Amino acid sequence: MKIEVLGTGCAKCKTLYENTKKALEESGKSAEVVKVEDIASIMKYGVMSTPALVIDGQVKFSGKVASVAEILGMLS
Amino acid sequence: MLKSFADYLVFVAMGLDPKSHLGAALDFFVYDTVKIFLLLTTIVFVVAVIRSYFSPERTRRILSHNREYVGNVLAALLGIVTPFCSCSAVPLFIGFVESGIPLGVTFSFLISSPMVNEVALIMLWGLFGWKVASIYIGTGVLVAIFAGIVIGRLKMERYVQDFVWEVKVGAAEVPEQTLKEKLSYARDYTVELLKKIWPYVIVGIGLGAFIHGYAPEDFLVRYAGRDNPFAVPLAVLIGVPLYSNAAGIIPIVHALMEKGLPIGTVLAFMMAVTALSFPEAVILKNVLKARLLATFFGIVAVAIIVVGYLFNAIL
Repeated sequence: MKIEVLGTGCAKCKTLYENTKKALEESGKSAEVVKVEDIASIMKYGVMSTPALVIDGQVKFSGKVASVAEILGMLS
Repeated sequence: MLKSFADYLVFVAMGLDPKSHLGAALDFFVYDTVKIFLLLTTIVFVVAVIRSYFSPERTRRILSHNREYVGNVLAALLGIVTPFCSCSAVPLFIGFVESGIPLGVTFSFLISSPMVNEVALIMLWGLFGWKVASIYIGTGVLVAIFAGIVIGRLKMERYVQDFVWEVKVGAAEVPEQTLKEKLSYARDYTVELLKKIWPYVIVGIGLGAFIHGYAPEDFLVRYAGRDNPFAVPLAVLIGVPLYSNAAGIIPIVHALMEKGLPIGTVLAFMMAVTALSFPEAVILKNVLKARLLATFFGIVAVAIIVVGYLFNAIL
């Protein structure tokens, strides 16, 4: 599984990255969490509001910070 | 009802004299604080739910079918309801331009979106009344339409950073949220926002109350009244660096208006605070070359100053 956190480096993006790592830890799964800050790579996903979460190439949401519990739901 | 609560608390329970400076200031503070926080909590929540139906991706689809003029009007109106955070300005700008939305139309959106925001509106409505709040929305949208059309006419596409034209926006669909997700998002958003702005609001209302209770009547008329032709541009200049504190500034401005600051100057100041900011300039520098960035700021500043003079003249 590959998890990408899309964001140009604002405070919200950092929070989402932290939440995602925590959720992954709690789920007990192993996956790679990557922070994507390059704007061209972000735009490839068609996302226009950051932060956004991408799991295995699929955009789960954009423009908000999801809680650890919400991300846990998306991981399973 | 809120007024009698504030009066009771300050004049009866605390036993302060309504005619004293301290009593007047404290009564004002209690009343405004309770009113503003009630308004903020309910309206921010409702607006967050409404906004979840207008994703930037959908706005982009609507605008990409429209050319100049109609596009500018639509962009300025959609700017009111589409969620916008200055940290998303770069992907939004690229997404718009890439889908063929004209540069001027994109700017109409970029101007109206931060300027006509719910926090500024609630504060204006709560403190100045619905008339001033509606004038603010109306003129804000007009400034956005006008400035966007002018920027479009200037044909400044070559002053967009070159890489922007090479970015390819993917077609990946962002999934639509369920109603339950929308509501929980709105709740979280409201809590987050209140957590962030409450100190500014309290300090702002506190300073406003101090001015209300202690500053002499007509204190400002001498310096910033109708007769001073430089008051409006000066208000705009002062407004630019104050962006993140919009919620705290409005109560101060309200108290200043009671002490003689004319409405046009108040509107111009508020618009400068919300529409023009240094952090946004720094972010937009990533996609705009200096000349277009300066043009953008210049045209919006001029439009806001015109609004200021206009309302000082007619009201």
